[in-house]
Amino acid sequence: MAALENGTVIDHIPSEKLFTVVSLLDLQHETNNITIGNNFESKKLGKKGIVKIADRFFSEEEISRLAVVAPNIRLNIIRNYEVVEKKQVVLPDELKGIVKCNNPKCITNNEPMLTWFHVIDKEKGLLKCHYCEKEQQIDNIKLL
Amino acid sequence: MENRSLVTIAEHSKEKILYLLEMAREFEKKPNRRLLAEKVVATLFFEPSTRTRLSFETAANRLGARVIGFTDPKVTSSSKGETLKDTIMMVSNYADIIVMRHYLEGAARYASEIAPVPIVNAGDGANQHPSQTMLDLYSIYKTQGTLENLNIYLVGDLKYGRTVHSLLMAMRHFNPTFHFIAPDELKMPEEYKLYCKEHHIRYEEHTDFNENTIADADILYMTRVQRERFTDLMEYERVKDVYILHNKMLAKTRPNLRILHPLPRVNEIAYDVDDNPKAYYFQQAQNGLYARQAILCDVLGITLDEVKADTAR
Repeated sequence: MAALENGTVIDHIPSEKLFTVVSLLDLQHETNNITIGNNFESKKLGKKGIVKIADRFFSEEEISRLAVVAPNIRLNIIRNYEVVEKKQVVLPDELKGIVKCNNPKCITNNEPMLTWFHVIDKEKGLLKCHYCEKEQQIDNIKLL
Repeated sequence: MENRSLVTIAEHSKEKILYLLEMAREFEKKPNRRLLAEKVVATLFFEPSTRTRLSFETAANRLGARVIGFTDPKVTSSSKGETLKDTIMMVSNYADIIVMRHYLEGAARYASEIAPVPIVNAGDGANQHPSQTMLDLYSIYKTQGTLENLNIYLVGDLKYGRTVHSLLMAMRHFNPTFHFIAPDELKMPEEYKLYCKEHHIRYEEHTDFNENTIADADILYMTRVQRERFTDLMEYERVKDVYILHNKMLAKTRPNLRILHPLPRVNEIAYDVDDNPKAYYFQQAQNGLYARQAILCDVLGITLDEVKADTAR
């Protein structure tokens, strides 16, 4: 893969989550140079995917969306061919407008409004809907 | 402005619960007042609930407020596809407070975030029904003289029963011992048992329901075992008569025992119990009036001191 002068390397993406990450960050509509690689060997994951994007840096909100899909992703921020910052993706305390509530009788599934979850256990990936108060596992939850 | 809405009882501290109960007691002494004489109370019932609505409207009327609202969403714009937000914003132009019942869970929380006036949750789907919990607490407090250290027996549908879940959470401040009596299909969900453990609430589970299991009860809280809750109808046929309270089962019970039920009952309390002085479910419903008067006043910013000082006719 070509070295990046400026931009972001998204590393340690579980192979099966690679294209979810691509669409989550809406990379199909980017015009910058993007290199996407998959099924590289990884000691931690077995197989991993990598995305390199030139001249693009991500907001905290975009990074928290990534956390929902794959909590172990790492971001390397590159400036002038050097890694200037490493960011481990972590699940934030709250998720607003990112995932859908599993309860069909929840107001958020019946009214044009943002969803809102409180992360009550980051290790177990346990969320609680701010509105209907139902607890749910992050693995069973759909992105909006 | 501080949002004074009442969405769930879980937000209230022990002090706040006791404060509201004391206010309810003032209203029981003197229910007819003019404290809300300049106010308009809206009751928006997106699903019918005659009992709760009549209780709230009576509370408002006895405080001198005027009441607007609807009892059936079929006659309102929500049947034309209007969003909850638009309905709430429209009604907020007219009323000082909105009492809302909705079939969707979380509707009251959402309404309280968007409305410029306070919201009182009168039930949101299977989620919360805080005024029911307040009247249950008031009934327990009044009949036992305290909320502390009581043996509370919850009987029937403990899986879907919203009232028993809220009561359990509200009682966490008062060192109760719970007994959960239910068929396997309707037993207390794990999340509430976990809640008990986290809050050091003692509990025992039983599937039997007879005069021996309830001998040490201070409060017997009955709920209805509904046929539609069962996936296995054979199981329903087997248990449907097990969780019925008969007068003869009360022979060994404590003298201070009182029997509560959120009503409507179907057959889970036999009619021969009604004349037993331990039956309390009709008075319990009446206590709902005083509890709701306290809720309306508190949400509108009227303090206990003002209620006590109010001697005007």
